[in-house]
Amino acid sequence: MKYLDEFQDPALARRLFDEIRATVTRPWALMEVCGGQTHSIIRHGIDQLLPDEIELIHGPGCPVCVTPLEMIDKALEIASRPDVIFCSFGDMLRVPGTGRDLFTVRGEGGDVRVVYSPLDALRVARANPDKQVVFFGIGFETTAPPNAMTVYQARRLGIRNFSLLVSHVRVPPAIEALMTSPDCRVQAFLAAGHVCSVMGTEEYPELAERHRVPIVVTGFEPLDILAGVRLAVRQLERGEHRVENAYPRAVRAEGNPAARAMLADVFEVTDRAWRGIGTIPASGWRLAEAYREFDAEHRFAVGDLTTVEPAECRSGDVLQGLIKPHECEAFGTRCTPRTPLGATMVSSEGACAAYYLYRRLGGVPTPVKAAPVG
Amino acid sequence: MCLAVPGKVLTIEERDGTRMATVDFGGVVKDVCLEYLPDLAVGEYTIVHVGFALQRLDEQSAQQTLALFQGLGLMEEEFGDAWEQAAEQAGEPAPAPSPPAAPTAAPAAAAPEGSAR
Repeated sequence: MKYLDEFQDPALARRLFDEIRATVTRPWALMEVCGGQTHSIIRHGIDQLLPDEIELIHGPGCPVCVTPLEMIDKALEIASRPDVIFCSFGDMLRVPGTGRDLFTVRGEGGDVRVVYSPLDALRVARANPDKQVVFFGIGFETTAPPNAMTVYQARRLGIRNFSLLVSHVRVPPAIEALMTSPDCRVQAFLAAGHVCSVMGTEEYPELAERHRVPIVVTGFEPLDILAGVRLAVRQLERGEHRVENAYPRAVRAEGNPAARAMLADVFEVTDRAWRGIGTIPASGWRLAEAYREFDAEHRFAVGDLTTVEPAECRSGDVLQGLIKPHECEAFGTRCTPRTPLGATMVSSEGACAAYYLYRRLGGVPTPVKAAPVG
Repeated sequence: MCLAVPGKVLTIEERDGTRMATVDFGGVVKDVCLEYLPDLAVGEYTIVHVGFALQRLDEQSAQQTLALFQGLGLMEEEFGDAWEQAAEQAGEPAPAPSPPAAPTAAPAAAAPEGSAR
């Protein structure tokens, strides 16, 4: 496919590998923020082909994984109601809540539907005026504008049986939280390309300066990842800490002004709990006052829930880059995509799912080198 | 979740007061909302996420990036391939004539989602 295949070219990949190998002189730890990048790295074996000096730490940029258990349980409760059609991206259906998931709810008779776009959920609401239609609004800055537009359209068209269960998260506060953690080993970030397609790069120079850490906006194809690693390593070797853009075909400094304006209108910044990590100040969005009537949490008054997280699940450590997935004792045995302990094992962007898909075979438990205990 | 795929705009129309397009993803055609890129034109490429065009794909920039990657190998062409030299030093036989550098056209059946990660 045009503009995908060209960025998977093995001959050019080798040139980039050679260039990186010629640049690196000592060990560096880089974090790729986005789970889509993690999957690309593991699927193509990029981490194994890079020089030994370079370690890629997998970041928390998997919105399915970080959606707090309490929010999953609220979704389960709302989806169980007989007057509700609950719409969601497919990834969320297998995410374990307390004791069950959205598939269980569907098996018990709940009307749970997978949609490709939030606009599909709005269409369902129009076609079913006697039902309450709820869309599970998760995601980072990439997914927030589509959800914001859907709520905006619902208000404009007067579709009052539609509401959004909002659990949006933002990347810069997560980078701040990681860099201020005493366990942090990250020396450079590969920032999430499509988040920056929307938001631009303006939020990052201050972070790079204050934490003296290179931040390189990076895409998702193998050559894009290598281009990001190349620029990050070059900065580290030179002792620099700047924001660079290794994904200029899809990212402009100002981002998408129309999408940013809509975000500012429909949402307001709020503190948000991240599953396995804890509450990060100002790291989320909720609906602004003018759109509060479309907030599913208000409409259904789900209230306080008691949540129980499996003690054995170490997804929080995985999401913070403290361990690699296969270093968890339950990996591939008591925790698999069919019997997940945590969301990282079932999301298409979860690091545990990536390792299970691409690394569990091969004789030895895993071909990757164990990371130093951080 | 932040998976977003480049596609080419085929048609543009107003629907319910919303600017919508049909976009071709290597053979798969989908409806896409253009409200965030209202000046996108037929024939242009865009990055699409969950049914929304989020950013114009800058074709000139894509070509420049690929040209930059091509240029990275200039030293190698001057002084020989370091990988082959290393293999030679290790006593391995010279490889057979190398296959074409770029892969031939991907099979038509390649699913857009699978190839986009």
